[in-house]
Amino acid sequence: MEKDFLENRLNINRRRFLSRLSLGIGSVALGSLLIPDLFSGKGDEAEADFIPGIPNFAPKAKRVIYLFQDGAPSQLESFDYKPKLREMMGQELPASVRGNQILTGMTAKQASFPLVGSFYDFKQYGESRAWISDMFPHIGKIADDICIIKSLNTDAINHDPALTFFQTGAQQGNRPSMGSWVSYGLGSENKNLPAFTVLLSKGKGNGQGVYSKLWSNGFLDSIHQGVQFSSGEDPILYLNDPEGLNRHERRKMLDKLAELNDMNYKEFGDPEINTKVQQYEMAYRMQTAVPEIMDVSKESDDIVKMYGPECLIPGTYAANCLLARKLSENGVRFVQLYHQGWDQHSNLPQEMAGQAKDVDQASAALVTDLKQRGLLDETLVIWGGEFGRTNYSQGKLEKANYGRDHHPRCFSIWMAGGGIKPGIVYGETDEFGYNIVKDPVHVHDFHATILNQLGIDHKKLTYKSQGRRYRLTDVAGNVVKGIIA
Amino acid sequence: MYRKLYYVWLTIAICMLYTLYSCHSSGGIAEEQVPDTISYNFNIRPILSDKCYKCHGPDASHREADLRLDLPESAYKALKDNPSSHALVPGDPMQSEVYRRISTKDTTEQMPPASSNLKRLSPYEVQLIHKWIKQGAKYEKHWAFVAPRNYPVPQVKNAAWPKNAIDNFVLQKMEQASLEPNPEADKERLLKRISLDLTGLPPSLALMDEFLADKSANAYEKMVDKLMATPQYGEKMALHWLDVARYADSHGYQDDNYRTQWPWRDWVIHAYNENLPYDKFITWQLAGDQLPNATKEQLLATGFNRNHKITEEGGVIDEEYRVSYVTDRTNTFGKALLGVTLECAHCHDHKYDPFSQKEYYQVYAFFNNVKEVGLQSTVGGPETYAKNPMMKISNEDVKKILTFVNKRDTDKLIVSIMTDSDKVRPTYILKRGNYDAHGDEVQAGTPKSILPFTNNYPKNRLGLAEWLFNKNNPLTARVFVNQMWQEFFGKGIVKSSGDFGMQGDLPSHPELLDWLAVDFRDHGWNIKRLVKQMVMSATYRQSAAATPEKLKEDPDNTLLARGPRGRLPAEFVRDLVLASSGLLNPTIGGPSVNPYQPPGLWENATSGRGILANYKQVHGPNLYRRGMYTLIKRTVPPASLGIFDASNRDQCEVKRLRTNTPLQALVMLNDPTVLESARVLAAKLLQDKSTSTAKITKAFRLILCRHPEQKELAILTSYYTDELKTMKKADAEKLLTVGEYPVPANLDKITLAAMMKVVDTMYNLEEAITKT
Repeated sequence: MEKDFLENRLNINRRRFLSRLSLGIGSVALGSLLIPDLFSGKGDEAEADFIPGIPNFAPKAKRVIYLFQDGAPSQLESFDYKPKLREMMGQELPASVRGNQILTGMTAKQASFPLVGSFYDFKQYGESRAWISDMFPHIGKIADDICIIKSLNTDAINHDPALTFFQTGAQQGNRPSMGSWVSYGLGSENKNLPAFTVLLSKGKGNGQGVYSKLWSNGFLDSIHQGVQFSSGEDPILYLNDPEGLNRHERRKMLDKLAELNDMNYKEFGDPEINTKVQQYEMAYRMQTAVPEIMDVSKESDDIVKMYGPECLIPGTYAANCLLARKLSENGVRFVQLYHQGWDQHSNLPQEMAGQAKDVDQASAALVTDLKQRGLLDETLVIWGGEFGRTNYSQGKLEKANYGRDHHPRCFSIWMAGGGIKPGIVYGETDEFGYNIVKDPVHVHDFHATILNQLGIDHKKLTYKSQGRRYRLTDVAGNVVKGIIA
Repeated sequence: MYRKLYYVWLTIAICMLYTLYSCHSSGGIAEEQVPDTISYNFNIRPILSDKCYKCHGPDASHREADLRLDLPESAYKALKDNPSSHALVPGDPMQSEVYRRISTKDTTEQMPPASSNLKRLSPYEVQLIHKWIKQGAKYEKHWAFVAPRNYPVPQVKNAAWPKNAIDNFVLQKMEQASLEPNPEADKERLLKRISLDLTGLPPSLALMDEFLADKSANAYEKMVDKLMATPQYGEKMALHWLDVARYADSHGYQDDNYRTQWPWRDWVIHAYNENLPYDKFITWQLAGDQLPNATKEQLLATGFNRNHKITEEGGVIDEEYRVSYVTDRTNTFGKALLGVTLECAHCHDHKYDPFSQKEYYQVYAFFNNVKEVGLQSTVGGPETYAKNPMMKISNEDVKKILTFVNKRDTDKLIVSIMTDSDKVRPTYILKRGNYDAHGDEVQAGTPKSILPFTNNYPKNRLGLAEWLFNKNNPLTARVFVNQMWQEFFGKGIVKSSGDFGMQGDLPSHPELLDWLAVDFRDHGWNIKRLVKQMVMSATYRQSAAATPEKLKEDPDNTLLARGPRGRLPAEFVRDLVLASSGLLNPTIGGPSVNPYQPPGLWENATSGRGILANYKQVHGPNLYRRGMYTLIKRTVPPASLGIFDASNRDQCEVKRLRTNTPLQALVMLNDPTVLESARVLAAKLLQDKSTSTAKITKAFRLILCRHPEQKELAILTSYYTDELKTMKKADAEKLLTVGEYPVPANLDKITLAAMMKVVDTMYNLEEAITKT
């Protein structure tokens, strides 16, 4: 533990240094760049408030993999078992339960709010006896490795603000993403890879899109921006050299560039010139490092079997889960996945089954894979969407066909590893699955807890911009002690 | 009075210089000397604002111990908790609770308390407070909220150096710091600088030759005039304003479908080219619709306040979004035109600046009467490309009035603009900023601390514009002049160009800022005149070379003892590459276009709805339009531009970051636009009947805008010769496939590819995309 602490301390210096110089991803051959004058220069925008204490305490997790289920999967068909809703199928949602909840424009004018129980059955799994729906049998098998939180709640009721809130701690955008905060706070562990990477995939269900502001660096330096890895020919934008130019040729060109740039530096003395040379070197190293990471051909048959055959098809959720493990294993601090298609306003039973099939096996495999490699203890895995769904049907209720509208008051997510208690269920909702009755966890609390696991006091990770010190948790957030191992 | 103030400024200036100077000397804090006269504005307020106002400032809801330190009467009076003590006892630090609490070693008493997460005051700051109290603990109104004064142009020792008044102010400070200005930049670098700054494009070979040959005394001025008269001047100037106005080609939010707001963008270019005075430029944008007999042009200008994001997500709560639009306009008004963080008073009284939440909603009231709804329509056809209120632009309009709108087809064209309802929508304070938590009703007004909104003004946006351009408005002129300074010198005189409030940076040259502001206002808000004034100054014309001594003494170039140097804005990086290769399509305005972009970016992130779900790349000349015409889809802004810090146009932005990252290196190395430009330029060079040295020299001049040094030429020439020898035909053929512009059939592939690599190397030089 002490060693981790020391290691993180060492990272601080590197991070501070990098950030000051806008040097880029990870550490580079810094020795050649040590120009003492640079240190006296203030940052260009607002001053960076480096808090020498980070990590504020010994971290439990070093890295995060966030499996974001974009569109908001229904908690009532996944992890929040409500037999009462089946019993009361078709009956009206009692006004006393609904209280003063504002509804979206999609159901606000609905004449009736018929309760609807899950089309799918639930079973209890593991020693924790957690109830999990039949759509997620693989996740059921790792029930004792995960902590299900049934009492998440949020402020937003529409996708864009809710997603933005989850990723940046504010609904309106232009704030740094969680991954950017972590990159800013802890820096990179790998000198050839970005500290914060983003992977996208798509299910067949009704989708809502994702937005690059979700992985934006906001007012932080752009080295903290999430770098999108894609399944296309260029795993990172503009990574591949043009055809007809081999590595040797590229090296030769970079050498010419360095020589010419250096002449200019001697004349103008602008430190940015040297920084530029170093950035080209970093880019050159990334060109080798990234394709190596993307290559799954060396993965064993067991691994492929565990994640499922789709993991060999680039761009699928399963492939992204496998890639997430590799990136994380190689020191990427924050791997953010988005799987789109979870917005089931109608046709829920059928659409959600497809979505679940996309993610169930690979999500569970990722946890198991990390565990087998001894990495789960230091890697925090998170699975969940941006809000929950209503307990009543949107549109006409039929036995095998109904929809659910957005519901911010309660929803379920799960976490694994990274010092989170395994095999527990935290928080309770009422028998209607509409209100939280025990241990609510607000989005700000969720953020505070993630930072806590990384050894960061969420109140101390701040950045001053436009006259104000910002933090991921804005002015709120309490660490959820009940889920910490 | 006047002399006294002058003296105060002077002292401040000296103190600041001294502080700056000593900060960078090796000793650090211990050697910092407390100035003789302490200025509240420059020495004390930054400390109090940063460390104390959070709990003892303007925000009533978070005030501790009922103590305010931002107002003298409150700070001097007996403490509520302990009436025998006073926070401040003028003249007596030892009796002042403030001094005791900041200097105590007792952790239970110290301020700021450890639990606040605010750092303790440094010994130097404690000394400043001590001396300030000793000198009477005098408060001053925040500098930015006092109308700018007309300072006399200062005398300088080196009277031969200044070319206009700017230089006297700048040189005075240099002389106080014993710094000498740099010599004027050489002609080639100077031309590159003004060409990029005034048109966003590199100079052509003809222009370079013309300028080099012109030995007349006013050759530089002639060139400035010439560049400012080109239509590209308007494009260059517009780019900053598009950031400010959060202009984009999509509605934003999740489906993020297309909008046709581009005629408004065309108007901005036109307005700059016509040199519409700043007061009109802003008044038309804020209230063009309320002008008597408003013209179609004035109506179009109001599109400014409709550039914000508009939702098309079915099922949203209408009022929630309508409120967010009004909020966006209010925040934009504060940041862009007043340079203050008004938005901080959206949910509560401002914690640092004297703006109450009530005042926020008074400003909000001006923008709250628009005939609009939160959700007008979900994703649909051309009828959804603008939202009510909107105007139609017919081909007739384009022929007669709106001649600057680049409309090439006969399709219906609609633009979102401003029109108010006849019936005034009541405005309420929104508690905690929540759209449905109505507090007290408020009337339209402005923050008193800036300038009260008297009954003389009409209570509408037109009145607000009048208030903005009132002679006593302390911010309007300063804020714009500062933004322009930032454009030409790389950073503002007030570095935090969006925050002139108490948490913002203090001006590095306060007298100069005031002088420029007053001069600008008194000369009819003439933008071209202001721009010319800046680029004609000796300050601007200096060489950018930084000696180790200057870097050590003034690493940030705060004192401007060297010329501006910095990487170009994203759009101009693209423009430089296209222009120097000859590929650039100079068309101005019109619908935005989709040039090369890595595949899948839009497709991977879309909800699947709307015409922007899939990226449809253009072909032919539209591939080579200037960067500012690349279509901005807000949720997936143009990748290569974003990597170079372009705004995502989500919100008003007055200042871009300027980073230097490996992803930028990858764009320059592998973006097809750069590679294709290298290929096309190489092909052109090879058509010349000249030596390879002459060809390389020509390319160097086109890209770097200067003649190469012998050694540079030698390196590039030997690279070329080497490539000619080692290049394999198969590789050459592959390399030449990049881009859609045809490859001339008559050229040898290996020769072309070898030259292409040499040109490409030049594009990748740090200097190429840098204002030098």
